[in-house]
Amino acid sequence: MATNTGQTIPDSDEPISSPPTGSEVLFDRIFRGFTRGCTWFIILLVIYIVVEIGGKAFPAMKEYGLSFLTSTTWDVNKGRFGILPEIWGTLYSSLLALIIGGFFGVTMAIFLTQDFLPHKLQMVFKNIVELLAAIPSVVYGLWGIFVLIPIIRPACDWMNAHLGWIPFFGTTLSGPGMLPAALVLSIMILPTVAAISQDSLLAIPPRVKEAAYGMGTTRWEAILRVMVPTAAHGIFGALVLGLGRALGETMALAMLVGNSNQISLSLFSPANTLAAMLALNFPEAGRNETQVLMYAAVILLLITLVVNVIGQVIITWASSERGSK
Amino acid sequence: MTQAELNLATTSDMVELPNLRRSLWDRRSLTSAGLSIGTWIAALVACVPLFSVLIMLIIRGGSKISLALFTELPPTAFEMGGGFGNAIVGTLVMVGIASILSVPLGITAAVFLSEFGPTTKIAEITRFCAKTLTGLPSILAGVFAYAAVVLVTGTYSAPAGGIALALLMVPTVILTAEESMKMVPRIMKDAAVGMGCTQTQVVWKVVLPTAMPGMITGVILAVARAAGETAPLLFTALFSNYWLIQGGKLEVMQPTASLAVLIYNFSGMPFENQIELAWAASLVLVFIVLVLNLVSRAIGERKI
Amino acid sequence: MTAALDTQEITSGDQPTNGRPAIDCKIDELYYGDFLAVRDSHVPIEPKKITGFIGPSGCGKSTVLRSLNRMNDLIRSFRFKGHVLFQGQDIYASEVDPVAVRRHIGMVFQQPNPFSMSIYENVAFGLRLNRYKGNLNNSVQKALERAGLWSEVKDKLKNNGLSLSGGQQQRLCIARAIATEPSVLLMDEPCSALDPIATRTIEQLMLELKEKYTIAIVTHNMQQAMRVADKTAFLGVDISHNGRTGYLVEYGVTKQIFEAPQEELTKEYVRGEFS
Repeated sequence: MATNTGQTIPDSDEPISSPPTGSEVLFDRIFRGFTRGCTWFIILLVIYIVVEIGGKAFPAMKEYGLSFLTSTTWDVNKGRFGILPEIWGTLYSSLLALIIGGFFGVTMAIFLTQDFLPHKLQMVFKNIVELLAAIPSVVYGLWGIFVLIPIIRPACDWMNAHLGWIPFFGTTLSGPGMLPAALVLSIMILPTVAAISQDSLLAIPPRVKEAAYGMGTTRWEAILRVMVPTAAHGIFGALVLGLGRALGETMALAMLVGNSNQISLSLFSPANTLAAMLALNFPEAGRNETQVLMYAAVILLLITLVVNVIGQVIITWASSERGSK
Repeated sequence: MTQAELNLATTSDMVELPNLRRSLWDRRSLTSAGLSIGTWIAALVACVPLFSVLIMLIIRGGSKISLALFTELPPTAFEMGGGFGNAIVGTLVMVGIASILSVPLGITAAVFLSEFGPTTKIAEITRFCAKTLTGLPSILAGVFAYAAVVLVTGTYSAPAGGIALALLMVPTVILTAEESMKMVPRIMKDAAVGMGCTQTQVVWKVVLPTAMPGMITGVILAVARAAGETAPLLFTALFSNYWLIQGGKLEVMQPTASLAVLIYNFSGMPFENQIELAWAASLVLVFIVLVLNLVSRAIGERKI
Repeated sequence: MTAALDTQEITSGDQPTNGRPAIDCKIDELYYGDFLAVRDSHVPIEPKKITGFIGPSGCGKSTVLRSLNRMNDLIRSFRFKGHVLFQGQDIYASEVDPVAVRRHIGMVFQQPNPFSMSIYENVAFGLRLNRYKGNLNNSVQKALERAGLWSEVKDKLKNNGLSLSGGQQQRLCIARAIATEPSVLLMDEPCSALDPIATRTIEQLMLELKEKYTIAIVTHNMQQAMRVADKTAFLGVDISHNGRTGYLVEYGVTKQIFEAPQEELTKEYVRGEFS
């Protein structure tokens, strides 16, 4: 093909290229410094959050010490505070949510990655799971109050009537309680667990799957004996992060858990969680109570921080393991 | 051995041929089929809540949808009618404040993480902080904003709520922006360097424009999340039954209504009217959130 | 911190025709961290000629090429001992801004890498970068004509550059590089990702471009060097000190390198005895 050296347009007399102007060089240095400054800002912000909450909590921490964590009374007038019921409620509800939501989440991840569906249908289910995550927490709370509780109440009361000797079914479901809260919570962490588990399963090299099928496994033998164990670290990380999410969830619990400072194994009894307690008490709290609530906030911060950091570490470790294989 | 002896040997030690025929009834395939059925059931069960929520929203919320909802103020205890126009405005204003605070900060920090100092210690610490912030319970964002803004300014206000929301948006913005910028091919950046761009010019002229769809997706998702948050607003912006715009001016340093807090407040009231409004407000809120999600997806999947 | 190259001393337009090389590249030692990648390679890049770099894999020919416009600076552990004189000035002098160097030297890479912008904007990129005050449309057209792409894209200048075929993308990258009329054009295996027909087109292009531009090309294809290069530098690999260090074995007129090489190693390489 003929090429044209383009002598129809004359060349310029002066050189076109010039070195970067002084302002370009200056702007370069300023901008680079500015981006570095922004990262510093983020780091300082995190520190500030910890310091601010911790600082406001300090007087209460000094006054009540560790008995705060073990006492069960909450009496504003008498100045006696204890968050053991809330700690119990937080852990119990999150654990239940982890079992239920984790199970469904991992199952969904397997469902979406192990060739159960044609691609189009896979996308449909993926979208449904992602939309589950998009629904605001307060809407789930509303739905829980007016839809979920009425639906499960008959079954729960039946279980209490006939199986009431089992501690889990020890009380009646008068309305809000541990079970509805845990159910909604599990719906909310399902997308998190599913998404991260999916990533782990998808990251398995095809040759591993080929090796399993080559040995003559059935589909589920391959899944349960090879695929899931290979992705185990990532799935474990997904569960830990799901737990972290459950621990910090506020609104759905504030609306569904019953806000009662009691400790009970019964799934149907009302309870309270740290986050829900903060949501409920903070707006009306006087000076004294505010400091105590700050103390509770510190505890919540610590718990969620530790769990989330562990989860991140596991995920990072899992993906670096994969990378080196 | 003679040939005759060989023949005898092979016919008498008959080797058992493996059974290759398909069978549904042996234990292994039965287990596998059973598990598959169980998985299908579990997957479908997991989808039920979404449809239940959406259907309830449409049924109970949709029936109350009218123009009045967007123009009127929330009703008091025994009032009928009313709307949540001020709550919509409040949500928009606070999410707007949160976006103005979090998006430039997040993207700028992400530029450093992706382009200028990806392997530095400070970048690692920043990434760790961002990931830690993703796990911050939303109520604690509110607690922080209460301590840092409300106590300092002496009043509940829209900026206090906006700052709490910004705290929740920043990690998403940073992490998705960094991811998007990392996806810009190395050779494209090399081309810009080869043309004589300063590092900043490479970022502004090549990296940011190319990464834009991905970054916008991340921002919209962060916005969608912020719009639905309640806990951070409970004691930073509180709630209000009045419009934000009074006498022609936008008064932000006062308690501000929001859709999420309205739903929360009304859901606990023993009045049918308020509960109906809560459903209607939920419908509007979920509609906004779903639209934002779809838009972000459309932008993210745009091909060249 | 760094003084820009004085525009009066460095002109992209005129070439020195007094026998001085356009770029005088003398590499004494080139390190990546502790790894000695190239040593003892002195290659003068002559103006308005095509200088080819050939050699077995690992001989550092790409590294040498990228030293000419300080692209190696992007690698943190890079260390350079020697000089690279570009129109009299050592571009590795501490007061020289590498960004300024790259404004005057164009580069085409092994993999076509147009920006994710319209074809027009790709070519105009360098012009805009240098705040070109002349007629942008004319310059873009001229560059595309010179790169042999104008007739194929003149009706779709607004299309994204990445929508073109591989060969077209590479010609777009060439157009982009020459739009600012740099005096020197560096090409790092520009045809290795292309099919034979596209390769032929680009080789033809190079022969036309050398009327205006000085070109240095790295290629692993000996026949290509024979077809386009006026002068050829053959680099070999020295494995004597527990590493793979590249060094200049022989440099000369292409015809002579291939038909009557002076070094034994060159003889073996051009005969295809190793690659």
